[in-house]
Amino acid sequence: MTLEIQNIQPHLHSILESVSDPEIPVLSIMDMGVVREAIEVDGMVHVKITPTYSGCPAMDVIGDDIVSAFAKANKKAKITLVLSPAWTTDWITPRGRKALEDYGIAAPLSPEADKEALLGNKKIVKCTNCGSTETHLVSQFGSTACKALFKCDTCQEPFDYFKCLK
Amino acid sequence: MNNKNLYDYILGIADNSLILGQRLGELCGHGPSLETDIAGTNISLDLFGQVRSYFQYAAQVSGDENATEDTIAFMRIERAYKNVLLVEQPNTDFGYTIVRQFLFDAYHLLFLKELEKSTDATLAAIAKKSIKEVSYHWRFSSDWIRRLGDGTPESHERVQEAVTDLWMYTDELFHQTDADKAMIAEGVGVDTSKLKDSYYKMISDVLTEATLAIPEGNYFHKGGKQGIHSEHMGYILADMQYMQRTYPNMEW
Repeated sequence: MTLEIQNIQPHLHSILESVSDPEIPVLSIMDMGVVREAIEVDGMVHVKITPTYSGCPAMDVIGDDIVSAFAKANKKAKITLVLSPAWTTDWITPRGRKALEDYGIAAPLSPEADKEALLGNKKIVKCTNCGSTETHLVSQFGSTACKALFKCDTCQEPFDYFKCLK
Repeated sequence: MNNKNLYDYILGIADNSLILGQRLGELCGHGPSLETDIAGTNISLDLFGQVRSYFQYAAQVSGDENATEDTIAFMRIERAYKNVLLVEQPNTDFGYTIVRQFLFDAYHLLFLKELEKSTDATLAAIAKKSIKEVSYHWRFSSDWIRRLGDGTPESHERVQEAVTDLWMYTDELFHQTDADKAMIAEGVGVDTSKLKDSYYKMISDVLTEATLAIPEGNYFHKGGKQGIHSEHMGYILADMQYMQRTYPNMEW
């Protein structure tokens, strides 16, 4: 875990927790690990967020949502997008991983999991519907940049897999 | 540091992704299957995301206070675009689309792994971020080369034709402009001449595995990096720039 590079003042936590990812509403941006820094200086909260993917359209929305969440608490916020260090799926918290699974998105495993599935080597991605590991990769690119599309061979349900990014 | 060189250098990197992203975007809703359609547009989105980071940086170093990522992307004339000829080649069929992607992804990945070591912190950060995405692009395109090459006689023949046709655009990836040379000397730019052997090995290994022949032609096209583009470029720009030219300063 690379969480030590996160620098968030404790009193700002709960406000940031209330902002969710617009594409995966069950996941707060804190559990997603996109907030890298939040510091209040002279009544202005400076928030640094990092994109999951360079082209992720959710980042602009997340920035706006953070500003309005702070506005409700009578605080002004300024958002800065930082690229370095680059976001990794390791920054998703254990609670975030559970929320993903409950929502029907398989949580990221290793960088090789979807490749193994494609080549039929090892079956390690579990179906979020029935729990079977008899699953196969339908497409490395799914409904959003961060997901791959899988299908379960046991219950026949399609499901999303959150791609591992390291 | 000479900012003009840095500006040109950034555009030289980003224009490849911009034009390739535009080409892939043309396939939105027209892919041969739902999965490949979504994959193509996902790759396009990654490339545009990277382009935004590059152009925001280019706007900062341009010395022009009116420059923004949008003016750089949409308001230049054809001669000012510095992308290689490979990325502007048309989506003739899925074979061509995949081969173009494959030939570019291999270069892109090798390039970014060097750019990550740049003495310019912004370029290094963009590279580091992009590598993760481009690894997926490479995996996607090289897997499809294997499938099509080692697939049916029809798919083999057609993907072979695309490989043979597009091969003549590969050498240009390694050409160096004056801005490239200046940036290499400063430790900012990537010395692409050192990547050439790894590049041809990387693509030849996959082509061989895919039972495809490695073209032997030694005539290569060039010009894109100097702004001298193929006949396709004007059509791409017409499509891309229509809104911005018709309604200057428009906003959503």
